[in-house]
Amino acid sequence: MSDIRYVAAESLDEAVKAMLAAGGQGKILAGGTDLLVQMRSGAQNPGTIVDVKKIDEVMQIVELPDGGFRIGAAVSGAVIGEHRKLAAAWPGVVEAVNLIGSKQVQGRASAGGNLCNSSPAADSVPALVAAGAKVVIQGPNGRREVPVEAFPTGPGRNCLAPGELVVSLTLPPRPPGSGDAYLRLIPRTEMDIAVVGVGVSLTLKDGVCTAARVGLGAVAPTVLLVEDAAKALIGSKLDDAALEKAAAACSAACKPINDKRGTIAYRTKIAGVLLKRATAIAARRATSNVPGGMH
Amino acid sequence: MTGQVYKWIGTRPNRPDGADKVTGRARFGADFNMPGQLVGRVLRSPHPHARIVSIDIGAAAALPGVKAVVTAADFPEQENIVVPAGEMQVNLRDVTRNIMAREKVLYEGHPVAAVAATTDAVAKQAVALIKVVYEELPHVIDVAAAMQDGAPILHDHIRTEGVQPAPTKASNIAKRVENLKGDVARGFAEAEVIIERSYTTQPVHQAYIEPHACLASAAEDGQVQVWTTTQGHFQVRGFCSRLLNIETSQIRVTPSEIGGGFGGKTVVYLEPVAVRLSQKTGKPVKMVMTREEVFRASGPAPGGTVKVKLGAKRDGRIVAADITIALQAGAFPGSPIGPACWCSMACYDVDNIRVVGFDVVSNRPKVAAYRAPGAPISAFGVESTIDMLAQELGMDPIELRLKNAAQKGTKTHYGPTFDRIGFIETLEAARNSAHWKSPVKPGYARGLAAGFWFNVGADSSAAAHVAEDGTVTVISGNPDIGGSRASLALMAAEELGVDYDKVRAIIADTSSVGFNFVTGGSRVTFATGLAVVNATKDAIRELKVRAAKIWGVDPEGVVWEGGQARPAGHNVGEFEPLSLAEIAAQAGKTGGPINGHAQLNAQGAGPGFGVHIADVKVDPDTGGVTIGRYTAVQDVGTAIHPGYVEGQLQGGAVQGIGWALNEEYIYNARGRLDNPGFLDYRIPVASDLPMIETVLVEVPNPHHPYGVRGVGEVPIVPPLATIANAVARATGVRMTDLPISPPRLSAALDAAMPRLAAE
Repeated sequence: MSDIRYVAAESLDEAVKAMLAAGGQGKILAGGTDLLVQMRSGAQNPGTIVDVKKIDEVMQIVELPDGGFRIGAAVSGAVIGEHRKLAAAWPGVVEAVNLIGSKQVQGRASAGGNLCNSSPAADSVPALVAAGAKVVIQGPNGRREVPVEAFPTGPGRNCLAPGELVVSLTLPPRPPGSGDAYLRLIPRTEMDIAVVGVGVSLTLKDGVCTAARVGLGAVAPTVLLVEDAAKALIGSKLDDAALEKAAAACSAACKPINDKRGTIAYRTKIAGVLLKRATAIAARRATSNVPGGMH
Repeated sequence: MTGQVYKWIGTRPNRPDGADKVTGRARFGADFNMPGQLVGRVLRSPHPHARIVSIDIGAAAALPGVKAVVTAADFPEQENIVVPAGEMQVNLRDVTRNIMAREKVLYEGHPVAAVAATTDAVAKQAVALIKVVYEELPHVIDVAAAMQDGAPILHDHIRTEGVQPAPTKASNIAKRVENLKGDVARGFAEAEVIIERSYTTQPVHQAYIEPHACLASAAEDGQVQVWTTTQGHFQVRGFCSRLLNIETSQIRVTPSEIGGGFGGKTVVYLEPVAVRLSQKTGKPVKMVMTREEVFRASGPAPGGTVKVKLGAKRDGRIVAADITIALQAGAFPGSPIGPACWCSMACYDVDNIRVVGFDVVSNRPKVAAYRAPGAPISAFGVESTIDMLAQELGMDPIELRLKNAAQKGTKTHYGPTFDRIGFIETLEAARNSAHWKSPVKPGYARGLAAGFWFNVGADSSAAAHVAEDGTVTVISGNPDIGGSRASLALMAAEELGVDYDKVRAIIADTSSVGFNFVTGGSRVTFATGLAVVNATKDAIRELKVRAAKIWGVDPEGVVWEGGQARPAGHNVGEFEPLSLAEIAAQAGKTGGPINGHAQLNAQGAGPGFGVHIADVKVDPDTGGVTIGRYTAVQDVGTAIHPGYVEGQLQGGAVQGIGWALNEEYIYNARGRLDNPGFLDYRIPVASDLPMIETVLVEVPNPHHPYGVRGVGEVPIVPPLATIANAVARATGVRMTDLPISPPRLSAALDAAMPRLAAE
């Protein structure tokens, strides 16, 4: 067995350099809740491990001047869950991040790691897609941003080039009357991987949906942005017909496989079921988010 | 309920192993180490069925740090004979092939070779360097498919036993068994209602948290020591002796604390291999399975098919039962088909019963015992069908069962006639339980089912040593998987009339106490408990002799009462009572150490019955099942330590619920297991379940001085049908195939929609 080099980078530059020097054999260590498990099973044998937890920008949640948020890629689920303003603005994103693993895992696992692991069933990703989150990436050529739905390119694969790493996730400012929600189906009640996951973010004005985004996980090689579902919701009062149409759009967007976690038929059906349920929760949150209180 | 007044029995003191376990002091299988030990690792087959053409160990053996490589050639061939192992029967020819494949590999994960090396990394590297040439063969996983004509044959020498005329063709059906009582055809002719259904269940793993692990040390003089996590260290000694041709007394096996066994640690996988590697290297060898190895290569409980036909009168009297059960044995014959057949109808007093069973091999790991082996599978079929009968007749499910309940004097279809049993009391306790009497919450439905396990006695040895200060060590030889040390100490304290904390119960290695059959069959508190009681009585007999000596009277003139020797009467003389401590202090002057011993083959294990109640809610869109309330009611004989008895009921219920709802092995088209871990092999997690409520019904076993019945296995028998019956009543859909996982239930609900809408 070859030795593993471990670098605890103090700056993004150092981390980028270490990743470049690793020549494709480098892995970023944030919470390690995926990486260490994969190393133990033999699925990953990195030459260099680059720990990013000593880099401030990667470890902080920052409120942006425009009202948005920047979440450091390695901020743990537990810290995200305790951020009251973030949880008030983006309850769907926070509940999705907090579904990763168990209570103990939450102390380590991060949204950035969940994204970089690039599983189609990652819990936080459909919620981040629905939220319209952007991924901030640092690399040898400086900094770039991509929409979260463009980040994963296949199961376990993503758009990071050699030497690049994820610094943070930015969430846009929230207009009044907005709400989001994430629901997943698992056969148990916890400690499980989503069979289907649906994130919905929407804005209501006078009971009419003025903006919506829908993220759909575990039903295709990557998490999907389902624009047809959003279109079905926008302009409606979230009546049954609109919900049916959006649910049908989610089912139609599914390109699932039969595997140990679910069948094609089941995943396709559940995508629609969860769309309706998540939309109902997001709408309730949107309604209670209108200045002047609940309707 | 026993009418007996005990001082210690029925109390709930802390278990003697508790503090060590919660503070991390307890040593489990992987916690034993010796200086200079090597690490052993196993090369396993990637194929479910293949002929081994050649094995080249050259490169592995040449790797620096590798001290030995073994294959089947390092283990002597064994005779084709069957010996008892735990609750199962095993064939030594098959056991040696299961620990190391010979002519063929028969399941993915089947050991092909093993290495011993200085480090784990070197051992892993060496395993990867072993070159095996396989000739892949067609495989068969499913039990029904394995029984078909034209199925790939696993063993050319197997001819179905129990069939006349004896077959001449090789088959995957190793055995046919039949239990017959009365005249089934006549019974069905009398029936006014007949219900017939077929059921399937999936194999499930015992899912013990602690993987198999051992350390073996073979010395130059031929002595062998093994430290291992097992339910039966005498069994480990026996297997190592037979499989390696070592005299039994040369082998000393010490059991570790055990992180769960549930039947799955009554067989050997690593120990003979570690001993052989140690013999070849002259160094201690440690082997620990990964979780993946545990799933791919250790024995699950079988999956099976059950066909049930019941005939009844309109008044609810069952007049005929015809049942056919086929169980997966895995790669080698020996599923628990016998117990599955016996337990199927044992709850009921029915005149005409036929039960036919088949033991079927297929390309998956050889099954091992799992809590009431076989019984949950047949009970799932029978108890589901009885529930349908209750619905058909419009009868209360408890009333229907009471009408047909077995009781003292009932002759079972498999032979024995019941002595005093408590099924009727258990049904009545269920009917009187807070759960059954409570209204069903809106959105929920209530299901109920029963279960039976005969329980086992068998061989036990024990000793009671009185120390010089009058405290007592109780020594026996059964690994403690459910609080048995506490129960044994309670019985000894009761017998001696001293406080529980003056008695310390320990588990001795194979060289320090006489033979004890495995911890299994719910036998330990009954059979080893009997041995402990007898050993304690033997010590008391000696204590009376010593008191007599001190007083200068005949031993017959001394009685033992309240922890003291007293004169039997005034005619013996007036003496102050002598306490245990006082007699012990003078032992050196009265004849030396004071010990008691006992050995026995315990007969008369009292059968146990359970009735479980579940309230469930079904999400019609997702097929998800929520359990709102669950109660396990059981005849437990006398609950020696009620807390640990309740723990057994709760644990069994939870494992049965997992079996019912989510647990299954998922094989891909190439015959490889896709879910060898706890992420995708879904045992219940705490948040899936309500607190499991328990009701202990105490109908003492007349064949034990304190009325003990085994309690550990019955509670896994009723849950499968309890859940299915509740789901049927919640949805109108009868789930006959397990697991009732969300995708399966959702599909069944969707399929039933037009029918239900029309009703």
